[in-house]
Amino acid sequence: MYEFLKNLDRRWIFMLMLLAVAIPILFELTFPEKPTGLAQAVFDEIEALDPGDKVLMAWDFDPASEGELGPMATAFTYHCATKGLKLYYMSLWPVGPQMVDDNIANVIKTDFPDLVYGVDYVNLGYKSGNEAVIKVIITDIRGLYTTDAKGTSIRDIPMMQGIENIQQMDLIINISAGYAGTTEWVLFAVTPYPDIRLVAGVTGVQAPLLYPYIPEQLPGLLGAIKGAAEYEKLVMDAYGGDIPPERKNKYLKGKLRMGPQLIAHVLIIVLIIVANLVYFTGKRRGEVS
Amino acid sequence: MKRLIPLWITAVAGIVLIISYFIPPLQGWGEDAAIWFDVLAGIAFILGGGNILKIHLKKISDRVPGWGFSVILLAAFLLTLFIGLSKIGVHPNPLYPTYAWSGYYRQNGTPFWWLYEYAFKPLTASMFAMLAFYIASAAFRAFRAKNIEAILLLGTAFIILLGRTFAGVWLTSWIPDDSGFAGLKIENLTVYIMQVFNTAGSRAIIIGIALGIASTSLKVIMGVDRSWLGSGEE
Repeated sequence: MYEFLKNLDRRWIFMLMLLAVAIPILFELTFPEKPTGLAQAVFDEIEALDPGDKVLMAWDFDPASEGELGPMATAFTYHCATKGLKLYYMSLWPVGPQMVDDNIANVIKTDFPDLVYGVDYVNLGYKSGNEAVIKVIITDIRGLYTTDAKGTSIRDIPMMQGIENIQQMDLIINISAGYAGTTEWVLFAVTPYPDIRLVAGVTGVQAPLLYPYIPEQLPGLLGAIKGAAEYEKLVMDAYGGDIPPERKNKYLKGKLRMGPQLIAHVLIIVLIIVANLVYFTGKRRGEVS
Repeated sequence: MKRLIPLWITAVAGIVLIISYFIPPLQGWGEDAAIWFDVLAGIAFILGGGNILKIHLKKISDRVPGWGFSVILLAAFLLTLFIGLSKIGVHPNPLYPTYAWSGYYRQNGTPFWWLYEYAFKPLTASMFAMLAFYIASAAFRAFRAKNIEAILLLGTAFIILLGRTFAGVWLTSWIPDDSGFAGLKIENLTVYIMQVFNTAGSRAIIIGIALGIASTSLKVIMGVDRSWLGSGEE
């Protein structure tokens, strides 16, 4: 056994990881979620808004991180639409508008068919320039956005009437997979204009780097799929009662993805323990320096 | 002149952005500079595209090992570019029906939408998903409790890995929530590690980075550091 583990072909590890992820997905293995303070803070920020309040939905991610960030995007859109907020979507990532389109198609068009594009929600699309885009739209949104993502003039979009800058937004919700993302929103929007409220959902690798901004600049933060699952629970507990079971699953994707995450994490821990046992056995036998 | 003009542009843009931040009446200057930057960032895509063409055409021309991949890359690049720019299959925007190219280039069912939905999306998602396999392999091969620092790192990693799942909750569910030991529950330990140790470390790093950026930026604006201009040789 020692010899086998010492020279373990990494394809065995790949196969174990495949099974660790595939089995919970196939059997829809789920576990209970207990929301932490940060997820509750995100939920409370949105709850504090009144119908008709304006929310900037900055979707700064792409299909590569959709698995991690998609469920929270869905939950954010559902929560905001349920509360009757005005949704202004935009993106600092070239493929971000497609993520917005997916959200609109999966949530708004299916579960909120009464909402009207241009009146209740708008997709402003992508602009190049990363943090420089934030720096401009924070004082003059029309300096950069003359049309929405579909090419419709801003002047012809009812919900853009009277919107001069994003300081007029009652809340900014950012979903970020890296640069440009939440850090830039904190540095170039919230820091110079502290009245702006910002909550975010980010990938697991980004979350630790954003803790220093909590709670002053960033009152709430959802970290990766765990944060999404916690937030989903809060949203579904509050507003999920009316959704038919066949449509409810799309609002529980975070919870569903926590199953594979649990098994994969346990597998990694087991692999580390086994590798260390092999290492110390080899050391005792004098095979390792 | 080739080096002097970029130096002046950098100095003027940098100084304008600094003074517009600290002097509110001059805020408009900063906005103008940022809009110029956004326009330039758009133009940079053209430069980037040109650079891709130059590098990969040279690889194909020189028949360097793996030149076939360059052919695939260029074919995919040019095909996507052509379909996207020409808006093949896109209907005009209903508000501007007389403008043939006014339609939404990502309209459902168009070739560009098809490329995104069935090529770009699954490929990028698959690339990212493969990380799980490499992380598992790396965990087996690299994580060794060789010294005290490594043991601390290992212990922290175990707590965070468990605390980010239901396993952490389940393992220490026998500790009552209202007892004095509730802080030792794995999910609470995870929060404590993230909010105390991680935040302290991250803040120190961020402050250090910010000081470094400020000093480097000043050197670039003042023209002391000119390394970003390159050597001047082709």
